Amino acid sequence: MNIVDTATQKRVRITLFVSILLLIVSFVVSVATGFVSLSPFQLARTIVGLGDNQENLILFDFRLPRILVTILAGMGLAVSGAILQSITKNPLSDPGILGINSGAGLMVVLYVAYFSIESTSFIYILPLIALIGGILSMVVIYFLSYKRGEGVDPTRLILVGVGMAAAFNGFIFTITARLEEEQNAFIANWIAGRIWGDDWTFVLALLPWILILVPIVFSKSPILNILNLNEHVSLGLGANVERERRILLLIAIALATASVSVSGGIAFIGLMAPHIARNLVGPRHQAFLPIAAVMGSILLLVSDTIGRSILDPSGIPAGIIVTIIGAPYFLYLMAKR
Amino acid sequence: MQNKNIQLDENKIIARPVVGVSVLILGTLVLLLSIVLAISVGAANIDFFTVWNSIFNYDPQGKADQIIMDIRLPREIGVMVVGAALAVSGAIMQGVTKNPLAESGLLGINAGAGFALACLLAFHSQSSYVLVMFISFIGASIGAGMVFGISALKRGGMSPLRIILAGSVVMALLTALADGIAVLFKITQDLSIWKIGSSSGTTWLQLKIAVPVVIVALFIAILLSKKLTILSFGDDIAKGLGERTALMKFVLMVIVLVLAGVSVSLVGALAFVGLMVPHMVRFFVGTDYRWVIPCSGVFGSVLLVLSDIAARMINAPFETPIGAIVAIIGVPFFLYLARREGSR
Repeated sequence: MNIVDTATQKRVRITLFVSILLLIVSFVVSVATGFVSLSPFQLARTIVGLGDNQENLILFDFRLPRILVTILAGMGLAVSGAILQSITKNPLSDPGILGINSGAGLMVVLYVAYFSIESTSFIYILPLIALIGGILSMVVIYFLSYKRGEGVDPTRLILVGVGMAAAFNGFIFTITARLEEEQNAFIANWIAGRIWGDDWTFVLALLPWILILVPIVFSKSPILNILNLNEHVSLGLGANVERERRILLLIAIALATASVSVSGGIAFIGLMAPHIARNLVGPRHQAFLPIAAVMGSILLLVSDTIGRSILDPSGIPAGIIVTIIGAPYFLYLMAKR
Repeated sequence: MQNKNIQLDENKIIARPVVGVSVLILGTLVLLLSIVLAISVGAANIDFFTVWNSIFNYDPQGKADQIIMDIRLPREIGVMVVGAALAVSGAIMQGVTKNPLAESGLLGINAGAGFALACLLAFHSQSSYVLVMFISFIGASIGAGMVFGISALKRGGMSPLRIILAGSVVMALLTALADGIAVLFKITQDLSIWKIGSSSGTTWLQLKIAVPVVIVALFIAILLSKKLTILSFGDDIAKGLGERTALMKFVLMVIVLVLAGVSVSLVGALAFVGLMVPHMVRFFVGTDYRWVIPCSGVFGSVLLVLSDIAARMINAPFETPIGAIVAIIGVPFFLYLARREGSR
């Protein structure tokens, strides 16, 4: 499959370079945004270790962990969305729209309702809890959209996801009705997609997932290319279609749920980032996946920064900003096709 | 049982007047019973006899009488009205769009009303209920305009499944906008009632305005139900029968928006009621809208009153939002329809 000409490769490299540059710019802007502003000069000084106490505190204790969580979560969601779009052959797939977020959310709510949110192990357990919820919900959604003789129709899969999301939310609200004020506030913020994990522990909780799973997905680019093709073609090319698809689906769920477990219920990143990347460099996974990952980070970081700059210190949850940007984009894609 | 089958090209309407009448009578009886039940259960249990006595021999000094007249009766009347309104609006939408999944909750219309209410609440916290209702109607129109506008952009319209998809994304967008406004203006608490759907806190003052509006809208809907049956055959046949389809659709959609707007302003954005009830009713009375509409009204009321009882019982003494209950009941129904629709 090495028939990619050098001009395209150069284009891919330049696009990747520019998007990383954009990410750095958004990083600098995000650091400068907030109750106490940190100018680019102060930022440079602090990073090389010459900042005063206050600057150190703001950068290393407040801004940096939150920004890193945002970047990692955006990356996870974007790659997850790209996988889902390829394996369902539906360009409108997104972990949030497919109901995975709500399933993970329900599990998180159950956990919050019956266990303490004070304990320190909570942070490390939460991604696992969310993962279990995500997998369970995806299994349910997959089986409900399966029909004998037809398999899983992509549109039906999304539709069942939409319905199940409503059901999961129904259960969430039924459970929250009996919770304490503090637990309710936590859950409300989680659902709205407020980046609540703004501590180094959250970075550490999320980092392994991204660090391990994203390279695996990149290495599976050729398989994703094949899976995105017609079923018969992929069978003819000898790919073990069903097995690879299940593995990739599992990775997509893991990435999405690990991300939302610290970022809260954020949809549409997984939809937008792959589309933007594909528009820039074409549909080959080797080319667009890394760019999609960076785009996801940029989108979430910019959304969080906008949310923080509108209303300080708590801010408007990033999930709300993402939806306000992402939903019109989704509708545009629908109308165009 | 008298079955009257009218054969019209390939479309078949089934009208069962005898079944229809018996369903209506039975439904009304069940409705009355469930309202009495709904009034008697709760944080303070009141027996049936007292309920009867309070309503027909109101004694302003009695404690039970006060609970019933000030809290429970207006609440149940509100729930009843909203149930009827949502079910009928769902039935009309399914007829007009010929989309079995059409419903004001799933098509973003209720979310539009919720968004408009968030705006109103942010800028003007003490509004009269007439204004609340009107703004809610405007918001419903915005939601409907967005969803149908997007389907109109595509040549040949959209399949039922894709309209639902567009509806759910419009809903996500409008809800996010409402949430954003709520956070900015610190009205999250007030708004969450509308977002999830809560039946508590209906006042007589609201009902005095809402009930007449709903009754008039339902009355017009019943008057137009014969035309709706013709419309449900498809535009070509309806035009061939001399109907002014564009005008009819417009009038019917206005009724849908009024009903949805009033419902959201009273209880909040409830989904699935308008989806479930008309389908259940059609199973009994057939596809003639002259029967589907009134029966949907009655059964919508029954469904919502029973859901309200469940909402108060499940987590007693806490109250579960009625919207959560309806969603849990409604989703299996939705899945069944989505699977059936997807195979076409």
